[in-house]
Amino acid sequence: MATETLTGPTASERMAHRAAQELRDGDVTFVGIGLPNLACNLARATHAPRLFMIYESGAVGAIPERLPVSIGDPSLVTDSLAVVGQADIFQCMLQRGLIEVGFLGGAQVDRWGNINTTVIGDYANPRIRLPGSGGACEIAVHARRLLIVMRMSKRTFVETCDFVTSPGHRVNGRSRQELGMPGGGPTRIITDLGVLDFDTTGEAVLAEVYPGVTPEQVQQACGWSLRIAPTLRAAPEPDASVLRLLREKLDPKRLYL
Amino acid sequence: MNKLCSMREAISASVKHGSSLVIDGFTHLICFAAGHEIIRQGIKGLTAIRLTPDLVYDQLIEAGAVRKLVFSWAGNPGVGSLHALRRRSEASSSERLELEEYSHFGLLSRLLAASAGLPFWPLSNYQGGDIARVNPSIKTVRCPYTGRELATVPALHPDVAIIHCQRADAEGNAQVWGLLGSQKEVAFAARKVVVVAEEIVPTELIREDPNRTLVPGIIVSHVVHEPWGCHPSFVQGFHDRDNDFYVKWEDISRQPETYRAWLEEFVYGVKDRQGYLSRLETGLLDKLRAKARVCAGVDYGY
Repeated sequence: MATETLTGPTASERMAHRAAQELRDGDVTFVGIGLPNLACNLARATHAPRLFMIYESGAVGAIPERLPVSIGDPSLVTDSLAVVGQADIFQCMLQRGLIEVGFLGGAQVDRWGNINTTVIGDYANPRIRLPGSGGACEIAVHARRLLIVMRMSKRTFVETCDFVTSPGHRVNGRSRQELGMPGGGPTRIITDLGVLDFDTTGEAVLAEVYPGVTPEQVQQACGWSLRIAPTLRAAPEPDASVLRLLREKLDPKRLYL
Repeated sequence: MNKLCSMREAISASVKHGSSLVIDGFTHLICFAAGHEIIRQGIKGLTAIRLTPDLVYDQLIEAGAVRKLVFSWAGNPGVGSLHALRRRSEASSSERLELEEYSHFGLLSRLLAASAGLPFWPLSNYQGGDIARVNPSIKTVRCPYTGRELATVPALHPDVAIIHCQRADAEGNAQVWGLLGSQKEVAFAARKVVVVAEEIVPTELIREDPNRTLVPGIIVSHVVHEPWGCHPSFVQGFHDRDNDFYVKWEDISRQPETYRAWLEEFVYGVKDRQGYLSRLETGLLDKLRAKARVCAGVDYGY
């Protein structure tokens, strides 16, 4: 019980917890599967009980009673406020401008927050074929705030994405405003080493590190010359109660942790 | 008109060599039984269309039935990759599949245009990214009222749509609940619609709850009664997703040899869906069967 010792947080637990901090009570959130789903359910179980979760499969105001194994799990339907067709989700919820927060991850991200989930290598002759956009491209265009959740490595944090599936702050040298994108673009990249914010030009800047992580280590895991904020914040660590919640209640089968 | 027939009859009457085809469903209501029957009938040269091609599309690809894939997200949802698709789309492949790629809303907009009888559909998307750069079907138009530039996609009329539903009558009035995916848009966009149902019910029952009808029988050509036709996908109120299968599929499909062996046993090696079901592990269907969550009735009185 209280005297039981818990092992320290894993990288996934840190990321889920840090991502949950970004969610405010009442936010209308487009929830992806995996860590974003855990982050949303953690936020709802702690500081944001009225988080409003929308899944691109059609569930609106969902409160899943089990951890969904995919974005289209039947537990998203049971107890939802509404279930609508996907055309309604994309037109009436997302394109209409109702989504405050979106979450995305991917195989590659660059300094402007552009994301690649399409191919590694040349599009016509790819070395690796990835799943493609799904709804990611339109989430990146329309969400008022976009959170990117990705583990850091030189392979994933790249100077230039092989393919821009989901646009960030600058695409091929043009800004979101010039391109006429309604949403605000990425606000944070939450990684296993720390958190990157974006400056006024739209470039990612290292702003937080987890305890024991140095800026040099973060630069080592980044494929471009990373800008570092003059004062680094300490990234918040999940305490024992959060770890118990994640491990025992939210993901007991360790699907995503 | 009574349109009831077997899956074999419905497929041979509607899907031809070179047809464009949608077996719809967004994780929910994916009619694997129809895909397997297409493979058994040896139909080739298909243009396979769906926002989320998944395992059954990958099986169609492995079996050599597909020439071209039109899609927006291809994977094993929550698990991993589609290995037949990857083997036929990466640089190392010798028999490449033609791919035409959108985002979800882009492909959905093609179906919306077709289902509304319009030549194209505008959407606020694709600014600056690479999807429109590699897909010449995505164009732009200037709004005649505001001057704003919008992306456009052309109407897409599949030759055949196969829609699985919880219940339908013999005329094809199909009722669906739970995740609706793009079943309605796909059905209205297609030239021919096959409805596959867990239950065939009298038309009176459909009339008692008309708001539940997603696809009206007037656009349906064939109706098939095929309970458990979606396994390993799920049907809300009937059975859960067989998630263990989706996880195991990652290993089965990774090697062409184990993939072919699975197709031999579960597709080529059986006559029909009943044959497939009889080869599943004993007790599996009972384990997957849904627990009841019946909602209160609705008063349609006036």
